[in-house]
Amino acid sequence: MANFQSLEAAIADNLSDGDTVAFEGFTHLIPHAAAHEAIRQGRRDLTLIRMTPDIVYDQMIGMGCAKKLIFSFAGNPGVGLLRRLRDAVENGWPNPLEIEEHSHAGMANGYEAGAAGLPSAVFRGYIGAELKNVNANIKSVTCPFSGEELACVPAINPDVGIIHAQKADRQGNVLIEGIVGAQKEAVLASSRSVVTVEEIVEDFAGVHPNACILPHWAVTAIAHVPGGAHPSYAHGYYPRDNAAYLEWDEISADRETFKDWMRKNVLNAGPEIFAERIKGL
Amino acid sequence: MSDFTPDEMMTIAAARALKNDDVCFVGIGAPSAACNLARLTHAPDITLIYESGTIGTKPDILPLSIGDGELCDTALTTVPVVEMFRYWLQGGRISVGFLGAAQLDKFGNINTTVVGDYHHPKVRLPGGGGAPEIAVSCGEIFITMKQSKRGFVETIDFFTSMGHGKGGDDRAGHGVTTKGPSRLITDLAVWKPDRDSREFTVVSLHPGVTRGAVEDSVGWAVKFADDVTETPPPSAAELGVLRDLHARTRAAHRGDRKSGNPNHG
Repeated sequence: MANFQSLEAAIADNLSDGDTVAFEGFTHLIPHAAAHEAIRQGRRDLTLIRMTPDIVYDQMIGMGCAKKLIFSFAGNPGVGLLRRLRDAVENGWPNPLEIEEHSHAGMANGYEAGAAGLPSAVFRGYIGAELKNVNANIKSVTCPFSGEELACVPAINPDVGIIHAQKADRQGNVLIEGIVGAQKEAVLASSRSVVTVEEIVEDFAGVHPNACILPHWAVTAIAHVPGGAHPSYAHGYYPRDNAAYLEWDEISADRETFKDWMRKNVLNAGPEIFAERIKGL
Repeated sequence: MSDFTPDEMMTIAAARALKNDDVCFVGIGAPSAACNLARLTHAPDITLIYESGTIGTKPDILPLSIGDGELCDTALTTVPVVEMFRYWLQGGRISVGFLGAAQLDKFGNINTTVVGDYHHPKVRLPGGGGAPEIAVSCGEIFITMKQSKRGFVETIDFFTSMGHGKGGDDRAGHGVTTKGPSRLITDLAVWKPDRDSREFTVVSLHPGVTRGAVEDSVGWAVKFADDVTETPPPSAAELGVLRDLHARTRAAHRGDRKSGNPNHG
């Protein structure tokens, strides 16, 4: 049964130092507010998992929250590279970062296997590609029926899955709409889950019968954080703040500028600031 | 015909490679412009697919990311990312994958992972994303990128996605039955793989481009087809549609807070 909590309590109760955690979101509904709460609470030694780490993982890595990153594409979408991630990988600042790199197909299949309770995922992948030479978690199996050699990766089973969604109802069921990415799989693959939502409604009467809904008994904690995906977007609520992604390229270019920005906008702020940030978008 | 830039020629030549009945997996950046130009000109019924799960999307402006709201708002349907990679890509439903690259070799192998050594990179690039499986599971692959000695290299630093491997029948030797890179469209020329060696060979030069200009911007000894032609210049219609598309895109992305999609409350 989903527990309605403040964001501060939901993160404090569910995310500890050393955990593996997936803040999922495939360019849409990225749980920025929840990640900022984890930074404020000073989490350390996290293994961060996400298919498409973008600026919020850049922020967590730059603030020293992470010891390892498991990913398949790391970039500032439409802008360029992630400068804090690069500083960690290339220069070990603020601490060395171990990376485990997959393709999207590898990560997506890994999440699905995790949600399905399987130990590993089998798919046709990495053929003629070099990632399998630098990632010991990419192996192969031979199909016992056809003899085809297929790629095999371990299931992804985070300690905590954290996502942002449009709506929860009073019972704690969660509705996700638009580009749904791998969020459902990430929550179902995780031991615990935290969902931030734009809105809490009475019930889901009238939604489409095939809507993407996580039942309340599959979710650990829900926090109401309007604007919690900013500067990414929430389909039906607010568009992507493209200017913020462009600005991040400059903010993240310099360590001191970065730290000042984080102090002002994350460490000395709270979840309520997100509702302000989406005004006028 | 009016004046045009090498970038415009590249996008237009790349768009021409697509057919009306193609189902195309669209990479972000240059491929996205070419694919949407095709849809807005000679291929109105083309199915464009982005890895965020949007199938049959018809964006009015070019997306900044592969998951912009515009792609979902205008799509026939949007599926989970797991389904996109398992059923639609791996299932063999996609005829063309359109990719860009940071580094490319003459056999169409792509590097988007690192410059330098993987464990001690000079530049850590974003990584493969969907490309390693797009390169193998789509019916064929078109590649578009600007020519430069930094990008067109004899040996790529990391094999992110397989093209024709070491050339010849190397790709088939990996058990791959799809065609692989069948066309390379740059700002200077159109290239196709040689029938036997599978090495990219210049088949047409864009108007005003010399062989020397092509050779000077590529890090390997360039081969030219026996009958190199001139790429037809952009038509006024092609240029008009492309410039309108870029103008709409710039207006929407410049950070103007009033230009958000009206479908978003």
